[in-house]
Amino acid sequence: MNKKSPEIPERLPLPYGSCLDRNTRIHFRFEGEPCEGFGGDTLSTALWASGARVLGRSFKYHRPRGVFSLSGIDANVLVEDSDTTNIRGDRTPVHEGMDVRAVNTLGGVRRDLLRVLGRLEAFTPVGFYYKAFHTPRSLYPLYESMLRRLGGLGRVNAAKPIEHTAKRYAFCDVLVVGAGASGMAAAVAASARGARVLLVGNDLHRGGCLRYHKAQDPKVLETLARLESQLAGQPLIEWRASTTAVSHDADLWVALDDAKTLTKVQARAVVYATGCYEQPAVFRNNDLPGVMLLGAAQRLVHEYAVRPCEAAVVFAARLESYEAALDLSRAGVAVRAIVDPGVTVLPEALAEALASAQIPIRTKTCVYEAIPLSGEGGVAAAVICALDPQGVPQPESAEPIPCDGVLLGVAQTPADALLRQAGACMRYDATQEQFVPEQLPERVYAVGSVNGVHDLDARIADGRAAGEAVAISLGFSSGPAPSRPARTQTRQSHPYPIFPHSKGHECLDLDEDLMLKDVQRAVAEGFDRVELLKRYSAFGMGPSQGKHSNLNVLRVLARLRGETLEGHRAPTARPYVQPVPLSHLAGRIFTPRLRTTIHRWHEAHGAEFTWVGAWLRPKYYRVQGRTEEQCIADEATAARCCVGLIDVGTLGKIEVSGPDAALFLEYMNTGRYADLPPGKAGYGLMCDESGVVINDGIIARLSEEQFYVTTTTTGADAIFLEMRRNALSWKHRVTLVHATHQFGAVSVAGPASRALLAGLVKIDMGEDAFPHMAVRSAEIAGVPVWMLRVGFAGKLGYEVHMPASGALQVWSALMEAGAECGARPCGVEAQRLLRLDMGHFLIGQDTDALTHPYEIGMGWTVKMDKPFFIGQRSLRILSGKPRERQLVGFVLSLPGEGNRPAENHLIIREGRMAGRITSIGRSPALGRTVGLAYVEPDQTTPGTELFIRSHNGGMVSATVAHPPFVGEAMVLSEKERSFKSETVATQTEKTHAASAAGGSASVLALCDVSAIPKWGLAGPGATDWLRAKGIAVPEGIYQWRHLKEDAGRIVRLPHDEFFIEDSPGGGHVAALRAAYTDNAPGCHAVERQDYALLVCGDLVAELMAQSCGVDFSKPHEVAVMTRVAGVNVLALQTRETQALRLWCARSAAVYLWDALAEIVHDLSGAVADLDHARPWL
Amino acid sequence: MKQILCPVNGLRPLQEFQYGGALRDRPDPNTCSDEAWADYVFNRAGAPGVQREWWCHVPSAVWFVAERDTLNDVFLRTYLYEEMPDRE
Repeated sequence: MNKKSPEIPERLPLPYGSCLDRNTRIHFRFEGEPCEGFGGDTLSTALWASGARVLGRSFKYHRPRGVFSLSGIDANVLVEDSDTTNIRGDRTPVHEGMDVRAVNTLGGVRRDLLRVLGRLEAFTPVGFYYKAFHTPRSLYPLYESMLRRLGGLGRVNAAKPIEHTAKRYAFCDVLVVGAGASGMAAAVAASARGARVLLVGNDLHRGGCLRYHKAQDPKVLETLARLESQLAGQPLIEWRASTTAVSHDADLWVALDDAKTLTKVQARAVVYATGCYEQPAVFRNNDLPGVMLLGAAQRLVHEYAVRPCEAAVVFAARLESYEAALDLSRAGVAVRAIVDPGVTVLPEALAEALASAQIPIRTKTCVYEAIPLSGEGGVAAAVICALDPQGVPQPESAEPIPCDGVLLGVAQTPADALLRQAGACMRYDATQEQFVPEQLPERVYAVGSVNGVHDLDARIADGRAAGEAVAISLGFSSGPAPSRPARTQTRQSHPYPIFPHSKGHECLDLDEDLMLKDVQRAVAEGFDRVELLKRYSAFGMGPSQGKHSNLNVLRVLARLRGETLEGHRAPTARPYVQPVPLSHLAGRIFTPRLRTTIHRWHEAHGAEFTWVGAWLRPKYYRVQGRTEEQCIADEATAARCCVGLIDVGTLGKIEVSGPDAALFLEYMNTGRYADLPPGKAGYGLMCDESGVVINDGIIARLSEEQFYVTTTTTGADAIFLEMRRNALSWKHRVTLVHATHQFGAVSVAGPASRALLAGLVKIDMGEDAFPHMAVRSAEIAGVPVWMLRVGFAGKLGYEVHMPASGALQVWSALMEAGAECGARPCGVEAQRLLRLDMGHFLIGQDTDALTHPYEIGMGWTVKMDKPFFIGQRSLRILSGKPRERQLVGFVLSLPGEGNRPAENHLIIREGRMAGRITSIGRSPALGRTVGLAYVEPDQTTPGTELFIRSHNGGMVSATVAHPPFVGEAMVLSEKERSFKSETVATQTEKTHAASAAGGSASVLALCDVSAIPKWGLAGPGATDWLRAKGIAVPEGIYQWRHLKEDAGRIVRLPHDEFFIEDSPGGGHVAALRAAYTDNAPGCHAVERQDYALLVCGDLVAELMAQSCGVDFSKPHEVAVMTRVAGVNVLALQTRETQALRLWCARSAAVYLWDALAEIVHDLSGAVADLDHARPWL
Repeated sequence: MKQILCPVNGLRPLQEFQYGGALRDRPDPNTCSDEAWADYVFNRAGAPGVQREWWCHVPSAVWFVAERDTLNDVFLRTYLYEEMPDRE
């Protein structure tokens, strides 16, 4: 630490130091040394107060840097602690025990050994890296690692544990960005007319520059007090301190970032009151510690009671800068001179006050150079010199003035990045000599100095008028929009505060160590357009995003091109306007994961899980002493020789009913269903318009007008939506219900499957009574089921479908009954082997984006004599064309086993690619490796030899064979017969994690209320049927009513559907279920097995804000279908904003619970059981 | 992030929606030429302008039609397919 004296300098007395809490002393460490500050200090102010001057090192040359703007428009003070890097010292409050060091130094900030790089400056001109480090290519990695270490910012601690931060939504009528005078006035005016206003400010306190510019002037104090009291009287204003608006996105979404969280605000109108950034003067060594913007000096004095320096030279080109100089001199800073590059006309009183303070004023003079203090501690003197009439410094008149601070007040520029992101154009105003906004997009406003209105009273009037105009445009009040004050008609900035020095080193961009000569050279090399120049010289590409450099670089560029600034534009303002931690952008990562209701059983029985789409499925079940491959083979063998149970609850399931149901399915699929009798099932293959296969499944006719359709696991959602759309555009009278999550399904496969099921059901399972592709209803273990006889995994097999809540019961019953004959649970891997044995293709695995039915031997499903189906016309064309490829089965040759190929290995024929393998696996039943592959059409004859390029280019051969590879007549060995599965204990489904809250959930409680019975009814006849049962049916979509006085509820959903939930123990749903019969006209009973949650407490809205894009902080009279944590839900407020019911797919229950419970935990809420929740139901 | 006005669910953020392609007139598959059919299946105009598009509010599976200015990415109007003006 380079302290001026061993004693820490005293702070200025009260009333200076408005941010400080002088009763709290904070102890922290900087660069390993103990430091002290007050409560309210930022890291930079505490260090500056202690006398430290070198607080950071520059990015490229490692030059010493200190406090410059103190407002976040420079990146001089960047520090890191053990966990976090690139902490901005100017904006980070000190806290007890803080231990930080400057980033990017070698040996500490004071003695940074890398400062030697500054000596190389002459050899590293602009573009140096591009020119020097591209050849030879082989050395590039070396260059890269070296340069990254030398340049660059902090180091990332990769070992830091991942911490999910909230990412929230917020909603308001009017967002006001900037809490200075104009922003406060706008917020007050808008909210006084009834608008919900969100007011955000960068700083902890409101007031903007009123807090530090002439902060003790009675008029300023009075103005701020008046604005504060007006604000306090407006309950509709929500204030967010220390929050920065970082991007403006489409449709008035604005991202706000604070220390912890990114908030996405949806506003109906946005008012930007972002003010202006002070801009530096450019002269030799203008980046030394001690050279700072006047605003920073004023903040240090008024907010932190810190004298910025003992003796100052004030470089002023604005009236406000003269006022500031006087202010500083009153605070005890010896102002050695005010240096003005022009002549500023001063009001008489100010001129007199400056004279009586004995502050000399030097007009038409510039600061030509800052002389560094030896030992790199700061400034020793300012060299000033006269300017000729063209504004060029005259070095012969140079005169040093000893001082330890050079304070810059020559120019400013509007903080317009967000306005420009919103679509505003900025025009250079030659009167003000700075940019002003033009052509604001709808519902975007600019007020105050960002709008070119600079006088204090005018700024407030501008804010007020804009606030009223917003309220009128949003319909909160009427009348003509009030007129806005005119823009200021005086010069606000010096037009060219750039003063070249013969020895150079006039810094334009502090972040990038970009000097005046760099820009001159880049322009000379032809990079003479602003966007080109930016990319070549890197100006504005540092953490400050050009906030202190864009304008000066533009001025230099325009002058070099011999132009004025009119017509010039700053480079594109991209999000985010200040660095946002990646963790804030990531937020909590919501990736819904689905589990079947049998999941717990799988977990308890050694299942290894794998992801199939969003589903978690058992890959195989671990058995002691067997390898993974052996386990999979054992499972497949059991299913082949005896019986295997596969949890296929993940299959898509869609109910189609109505008079046009059969017609609709014929339109959707290639096959024919009109003549399918009830009780029979058909194969369904779907194509898109180009004839490409997109889905397959079983279509079971349950009754004349009712079908039960299965789809692939991953295709379910898309197919259902596509069905909905087609039903609309074809005007078919069908009722569609997406039942995937309402039903569980178990595949019972193998020669013993019939015997196993026969022992559990009361229906006739005989070959004639229950033939292949038949569907029967039955009951297993008290659960009503649909049984489909299908042969996907083997010749004999059944799919058993049941309401999801009964799946585990059925599964357990099957496992128990099957234990004797050796039934085994089979995972996905075994299932894939089993279907490969049968030669069945899988959509997406064996088909690709070009596969049509004829290529995969599915031509038999294509019924061309139907009037229409999707893809029919394309298939008609394709059917007349020669095939290009054909999917065939193959058996790998025995020598090939030594180098077994994998999926996507190529079939080679006469040196060319003839096809590829799509599936391959070792069949335990056959003892051989079999697979499916695309081959050329003349290679399909069984016995044809195929050559496959396997691993490492080795060629192996295989023989084409017609599936199924495995016949039914498998002779079971004695060993296999005696094969027993492990004993299975019957499990009941556990509700997870719903531990009692112990009554402590006053703030927020989450409760699983899935046990309450639910039911649904869909179809055009549903309303009449319900009315006939005495139920008051809600009229509009999403409206809801109680079933019986205050008990249960019925919600009308889109598509003629109703959702009904009982009250606990009400018995209403059971009565409705019993009353419903299958032939109720125009009705379709909907199994509702949804997962149900109750969220209650004061923080419900906050929980939803962190997980959902709908505003639940205001009351919703109707139900809402939306997405919470990535899961589709039906949401219903039951007590204004204090209690919310959520229903979602049962499969997403564990995921949604975990996701919400994590947020609840972070909000210090609790999980509750049903008894605690009862009052809220 | 954009907001889309669903005729049934109201104004919602873009993430709740799925785009379903432009609404296009299908040539009569029984009478049109192979070339006309192939053009319908494989080619899209892609020229900027106002077009009718299918959009779906996924949580409620509600399909609707949006008139969107694809040059400026502005949703001009949304309505249910059944309520589409000047069609049939």
